[in-house]
Amino acid sequence: MTDAAVLAARSQAESSAPPLLEARHLSKRYHFGKRLLPGSGKIVHAVDDVSLAVFPGETLGLVGESGCGKSTLGRCLTRLYEISEGELLFEGREIGHVGARQLKPYRRKVQMIFQDPSGSLNPRRRVADILAQPLRVHGIRPRAEIDDRLRELMDLVGLPPGYLDRYPHEFSGGQRQRIGIARALAMEPQLIVADEPVSALDVSVQAQIVNLFADLRDQLALTYVFIAHDLAVVRQVSTRIAVMYLGSIVELGSTDTVYGRPAHPYTEALLSAIPEPHARQQCERIVLQGDLPSPISPPPGCRFHTRCPFADDRCRTERPLLRPLDDGRSVACHYPRTEVSRTAGT
Amino acid sequence: MALTILQRLFQMLFVMFGISVLAFLIFFATPGADPAARIAGRNASPETVAAVRANFGLDRPLPIQYGLMMKRLFVTRDLTSFVNRGQRVIPQVLDAAPITLCLVVGAAFFWLVGGVVLGLLAAALRDSFIDKASMAIALVGVSIPAFWLGEVLNLVSQSRFHDTWLFAWVPALGYKPFWSDPWMWFKTLLIPWISLATLYIGLYGRVLRANLVEAYQEDFIRTARAKGLSPGRVLIKHALRTSLIPFITLFGLDFGALVGGQALLTEVVFGLNGIGRLTYQSLQTLDLPVILATVIYASFFVVMANALVDVVYVLIDPRVRGS
Amino acid sequence: MIPPVANPDPTDPILRVGGLTVSFATDRDPVTAIRDVSFDVNPGEILSIVGESGSGKTVSLLSILGLTDPRTTTTSGSVIFKGKRILELPDREMRRIRGREIALISQDPMTALTPVYTIGMQIAEQIRAHQSISRRGARKRAVELLGEVGLPNPSEMVDRFPHQLSGGMRQRAVIAMALSCNPALLVADEPTTALDVTVQAQVLDLLRRLRKDFGSSIILITHDMGVVGEMADRVLVMYAGRVVESGTAEQIFDDPWHPYTWGLLASIPPLRGPRPERLASISGTPPTPANLPPGCAFAPRCRFRFEPCSNPPPRYKDDGHTALCFIPPEDRPRLRATVLGGERSAA
Ligand SMILES: Nc1ncnc2c1ncn2[C@@H]1O[C@H](COP(=O)(O)OP(=O)(O)O)[C@@H](O)[C@H]1O
Ligand SMILES: Nc1ncnc2c1ncn2[C@@H]1O[C@H](COP(=O)(O)OP(=O)(O)O)[C@@H](O)[C@H]1O
Ligand SMILES: [Mg+2]
Ligand SMILES: [Mg+2]
Repeated sequence: MTDAAVLAARSQAESSAPPLLEARHLSKRYHFGKRLLPGSGKIVHAVDDVSLAVFPGETLGLVGESGCGKSTLGRCLTRLYEISEGELLFEGREIGHVGARQLKPYRRKVQMIFQDPSGSLNPRRRVADILAQPLRVHGIRPRAEIDDRLRELMDLVGLPPGYLDRYPHEFSGGQRQRIGIARALAMEPQLIVADEPVSALDVSVQAQIVNLFADLRDQLALTYVFIAHDLAVVRQVSTRIAVMYLGSIVELGSTDTVYGRPAHPYTEALLSAIPEPHARQQCERIVLQGDLPSPISPPPGCRFHTRCPFADDRCRTERPLLRPLDDGRSVACHYPRTEVSRTAGT
Repeated sequence: MALTILQRLFQMLFVMFGISVLAFLIFFATPGADPAARIAGRNASPETVAAVRANFGLDRPLPIQYGLMMKRLFVTRDLTSFVNRGQRVIPQVLDAAPITLCLVVGAAFFWLVGGVVLGLLAAALRDSFIDKASMAIALVGVSIPAFWLGEVLNLVSQSRFHDTWLFAWVPALGYKPFWSDPWMWFKTLLIPWISLATLYIGLYGRVLRANLVEAYQEDFIRTARAKGLSPGRVLIKHALRTSLIPFITLFGLDFGALVGGQALLTEVVFGLNGIGRLTYQSLQTLDLPVILATVIYASFFVVMANALVDVVYVLIDPRVRGS
Repeated sequence: MIPPVANPDPTDPILRVGGLTVSFATDRDPVTAIRDVSFDVNPGEILSIVGESGSGKTVSLLSILGLTDPRTTTTSGSVIFKGKRILELPDREMRRIRGREIALISQDPMTALTPVYTIGMQIAEQIRAHQSISRRGARKRAVELLGEVGLPNPSEMVDRFPHQLSGGMRQRAVIAMALSCNPALLVADEPTTALDVTVQAQVLDLLRRLRKDFGSSIILITHDMGVVGEMADRVLVMYAGRVVESGTAEQIFDDPWHPYTWGLLASIPPLRGPRPERLASISGTPPTPANLPPGCAFAPRCRFRFEPCSNPPPRYKDDGHTALCFIPPEDRPRLRATVLGGERSAA
């Protein structure tokens, strides 16, 4: 049952261990609009046939423009959303379509962290209650040990234990994000899916949280799926990168490979669009024209062809599949940039 | 946009159908009560009850009963009252309808215009005397029942001070048709309008003020001011238009309540022979056909008013227009 | 105090802000959101104001434009635009400057346009507020402007409502509106913060082109050092309502003086080269205007603070480069090396 796409999804993983979490041909569609009359409703193809493997100990970065389906994919991976199609395997076991009871152990092992933690922190409860609740509900620790565990959690995320008695609104954005992280850690998860965890924070605070993620990974042997639209932040934390465009993964490989020599024209354009403080006088920049097409009626063929400077007739009709290249990464493009430049060079 | 409006009108028909079915079921299919006996009125002879049963087809299945009823309400219009010895119901209702329509539409006009003016003034002159006065008007308005205010106005304008210059123009109670004497029509309705509108003017002014003050926090107001527009233009063109949306929603709700409740009592107080008064009288004699007809007609009023509100929505807010 | 200039020289700064201080009346005590902000904007120049959220960037702009709420705001200091003191102007005259000579581009294109009018109407409205031109003429000009900012199909777009456009297109419409009266000064409050990098690149390109084609001066507010590096001629770094450092872009990037600027530059993860194990972050969080520490506002988060920092810091000046800090010039290179060193040695 391991077809080409599933193999491509494992590209450039450092560990040879089996994947911790694996999505195979996963799709997620939203229906909206009036559905009384047939054909009048609209369907958003938010995630479209994505295969992705997450290996133990790695940080998989998920990047792409807003609306490309990063959050949707993240929520499907944690089973916060129902999956429309495809399989989801955790430690080799299928969990994509099982019921709530069989899902319970998985819910503990996989936690999600959101961009704005205040939305998920009950404003009327003290931090101690917020953190203790999962411990009690899941019976993770005996009652007597809960207090110690709370202190330990606060220590892990770098907050003084005295803050346990405060309410969420008394904290700054960065501190609230630390509490959100502490709550996820309370469940002793193996995998954390973090959806834009630093996007709402100021640069100086953002760096603190990025460092915290790295520290926790080393201390607790965590695995992350790190979703962000800021490519510099993702590069800092990730070992592998998946680039999404309009619901599909267009490039997947180790961070250094993808950032060093992007193979997909979209990745290349995305990277070249970032203004850089350190290298002032930018060289040539690829400015993508136009906007993201609507995921309600995605373009035929390669989804990127409407904005791609290199598109030809084949791109307009035939959809490229994610396939491994010689250098180990995978790319969904008929004419990967690395191959083009190589043939051009000889 | 035309499609959206058409869609809304279609929905309206659907809702009206639902209401007529519901009203019919309440009157004719309540378990444990014989509709024929109720239609025939109190102390009716067995012959009358039998005649009613045959007349309304009450021995036939419910859907057919419903069909017959609707036919007599809307097509042949020959529904008759048994309590009032064969009086035709529909002409009565049709005579009463324009009076109620004039009363509620006029009152709605006053309270909308009054509410907008008061809200604009209160928002433009925030924390001023007018702002505080509007608060007082709102409080008084919501705490006084309209019929009570009507009685007081009657007392003042009809008897106590009728002979002073202030109220000498007030005509006697009752309704004068618009076509025969427009000025008289206006004069007879002015005080009923005011007593109904007072209920809402202050409240609507406050609601609008709150929405306007909120709108002034919006980015687009800052943009409008940064464009160098005059404060008046910013208020009217940019803040008011977007603030009217909740205002209109509220109107849709209150208009229904007005037709169903306050207008009824106001008609009784001012001796206007509208639907409200008709319902009031037929309730006293338990004249079931009339009650059914007035309930259905009055609910159509409300449904149409709400459809109108939705059409207005489409006109003021492009976001609700289908793409 | 700077005396008003009668006949401005074309090379004189078009905007001079001196000692601008703004405080707000709140439920409790009044808070001072910005304190003693001074800067000049030269013709054709892009001046960038950077700082974290809450540092007073937006408030400075709004008070220059006279858009703060006079009921709750007290403003002092001087703002001289083309030789005219504009803080003291009556509202009627200020309105003639707003939108015509100084135009605003605000942060969030999703909310900056009135939702119930077409973008064409909103652009024409601004033109007609300042020029006597027919309705049709204004509309034609709106179509031209939309074309100039690179919106496809401008004659069709002009009749679209804001919700029918994507974020990038809306921001272009906002820019077209700001340009409609050929303003001498464009103030852009985080014009690309709400946009994706690819769209941000388009908008920044557009702003650069405008500067070149029309010679407008631009005040560009941002919190993104990358945008500053790419766009700015001169930079103002704000922290807790004060300008802590200012200078040319070269001075700020190559030889920053203030520890806050050092931290700001070091906390951005690099896009190429070796990845540091840890980012050099600034500990703590910025203060709010209601509880500013005495003395240097940055001191509690500054790893180089020493005794004098509990007093108001002096402003060092040299060749247009200024910094509000006690660290003597000769110590700067050594101290800054420890910031960079922490980053490098871990890598
Ligand atoms: N609940 C929803 N109903 C309908 N469409 C949705 C819903 N949530 C997201 N979408 C659409 O799905 C697409 C992907 O959204 P999302 O996963 O949030 O993207 P990202 O996180 O990359 O910004 C977008 O086009 C968005 O408009
Ligand atoms: N109308 C106001 N009333 C009270 N405080 C305000 C008001 N506007 C802004 N502030 C305060 O002034 C400070 C600076 O705000 P702002 O200029 O918006 O920051 P920035 O644009 O740099 O993010 C903030 O702390 C904010 O809370
Ligand atoms: Mg998202
Ligand atoms: Mg701001």
